[in-house]
Amino acid sequence: MARMATTRRVMISTAAAWLFGFLIFFPILWMGLASFKTELEAFAIPPSFLFFHWTTENYATVQERSDYLHHAMNSIIIAGGSTLIALLIAIPAAWSMAFSPTKRTKDILLWMLSTKMMPPVGVLVPIYLIYKSLGLLDSRIGLVFILCLGNLPIVIWMLFTYFKEIPRDILEAARMDGATIGRELVYVLTPMAIPGLASTLLLNLILAWNEAFWTLNLSTSSAAPLTTFIASYSSPEGLFWAKLSAASTLAIAPILVLGWFSQKQLVRGLTFGAVK
Amino acid sequence: MGQITLQGVQKSFGPVHIIKGADLEIADGSFVVFVGPSGCGKTTLLRLIAGLEDVSGGKILIDGKNVVDTPPAKRGLSMVFQSYALYPHMSVRGNIGFGLKMAGLPKDEINRKVEAAAATLNLTPYLDRKPRELSGGQRQRVAIGRAIVREPKAFLFDEPLSNLDAALRVQMRIEVTRLQKQLGTTAIYVTHDQVEAMTMADKIVVLNGGKIEQYGSPLELYERPANLFVAGFIGSPRMNFVTGEPALQKGAATIGVRPEHLKIERDGGGGWQGTIAVAEHLGSDTFLYVDAGALGMLTARYIGELSLHAGDRVSLMPDPARIHRFDESGNALRG
Ligand SMILES: Nc1ncnc2c1ncn2[C@@H]1O[C@H](COP(=O)(O)OP(=O)(O)OP(=O)(O)O)[C@@H](O)[C@H]1O
Ligand SMILES: [Mg+2]
Repeated sequence: MARMATTRRVMISTAAAWLFGFLIFFPILWMGLASFKTELEAFAIPPSFLFFHWTTENYATVQERSDYLHHAMNSIIIAGGSTLIALLIAIPAAWSMAFSPTKRTKDILLWMLSTKMMPPVGVLVPIYLIYKSLGLLDSRIGLVFILCLGNLPIVIWMLFTYFKEIPRDILEAARMDGATIGRELVYVLTPMAIPGLASTLLLNLILAWNEAFWTLNLSTSSAAPLTTFIASYSSPEGLFWAKLSAASTLAIAPILVLGWFSQKQLVRGLTFGAVK
Repeated sequence: MGQITLQGVQKSFGPVHIIKGADLEIADGSFVVFVGPSGCGKTTLLRLIAGLEDVSGGKILIDGKNVVDTPPAKRGLSMVFQSYALYPHMSVRGNIGFGLKMAGLPKDEINRKVEAAAATLNLTPYLDRKPRELSGGQRQRVAIGRAIVREPKAFLFDEPLSNLDAALRVQMRIEVTRLQKQLGTTAIYVTHDQVEAMTMADKIVVLNGGKIEQYGSPLELYERPANLFVAGFIGSPRMNFVTGEPALQKGAATIGVRPEHLKIERDGGGGWQGTIAVAEHLGSDTFLYVDAGALGMLTARYIGELSLHAGDRVSLMPDPARIHRFDESGNALRG
């Protein structure tokens, strides 16, 4: 009896998990489907789910009208660059806070996080003006810089929690084993920190890739990443659902693939190391 | 060589004095155990010797050289942690050989030494496993292997067996003792288990509240405890303390008698009268907890089986040669 009850419970929770997963995935699926419809079918009511005239013409138009590769390149540079620089700054910062904390460490961490509580639009005008006078508008460097600063608090927090998890005993054992600080770093700390570093890197890459506020407001064409590419289909000539979907599908495809292949690291990253 | 001397070693964390001036002379090749109640500073004193903590005052000499400013890596000591502290990303081989690798030994020599150490500790089949694939006892062996392979001047152990179950603990206790005798390397071993202390040590350091209460061989501490604290701490069951009239008769403020030095007689004999509150029959021993009225609760131990039960009246006769006398401040009176 007990076994039957557990089997039923497992079945129910599995079904619930699938249903929930499907609900979350549905908009992406719908977008993918819409990208293969004609503009007319895309907003037909009632919508057709699978039995419509499949076409790839939206992709052709999108590629013809705007240069996907140019925007994708910008996205890669901006997301990758901002992530790398953020890591370069965050690693030593999180390191020193985790391994030689002072009385103020907690305050500093909270203060860093508090900067994320302010809505970015509140500083849009000053940042815009500063960028304008520095000639950073619509430049890749400008976007790398602002995204890096925006994500830095989160990156530092994540790394801090990971470094905190590394038992001090092990570092002391290395010291007793005759390792200098440098070798302790290379042979013991870094290998133990790599899973944490990897998930931080991935998560930040995704956040930067999808960041739309600053990229839309501070770039127009030459530095414009994929977010701008998508946005260009929602205005000003009106809404083109099918083409917008095609553009969006293209825009998220690289990050979707990356996410798929690094699921394990990502889950760890998103739960801040709670999954062991 | 591994002679370790402490001269007036002190340690404070901020305003709190944890170690209040420790003087100690540890002979080369000896097995010294630090015991004391929780929080008395055993770990702190060990970490000071290791160099993982800086002294606030005093000197630590290793083979005559003051090492207080020498980093742990250069002191030539190795340590076994309570948590084992194995490197999780390295195999057993990598863990044991890490110190040798840091010392810059050639690969084949490292391998040879690691394999020899693994053989003494019965770890050979596990050399290529990761720590997480080992049982607690095996991890403990790896931690010990990592310590011995470097041929240090001394081993430092911080409660290395406290995470093991009772049976394994006894087995490892014997193994560690045997290994230390075989290698002839100085060892300092921290524990709060006085049985471990009595069985393993050449000499015991009894610590209390950051002070060394007594330093001597296990039997010295058992037979001639320097004060009430040591008398109560060493020996199991605990020594009985009696104050008042019986103590005054002996010219002391307090007298102490170990449970095994109380002769048990059925009611009517001389000595201290009382009623048995609890009787424990272990077969090999009988422990009686006796309510002796004004004298308080007394514990008596009989080797073998003694058929007495709760409620029975007994009289307890202290062995006159085995009575310990203490003055008002708790120090032992001799002579
Ligand atoms: N880093 C530190 N900062 C402040 N106080 C500390 C620090 N390390 C230890 N102490 C204090 O020093 C005292 C002695 O600690 P220690 O760890 O040496 O005790 P112990 O004898 O090893 O105890 P146990 O048997 O519980 O392991 C304790 O009161 C502890 O709170
Ligand atoms: Mg301790």
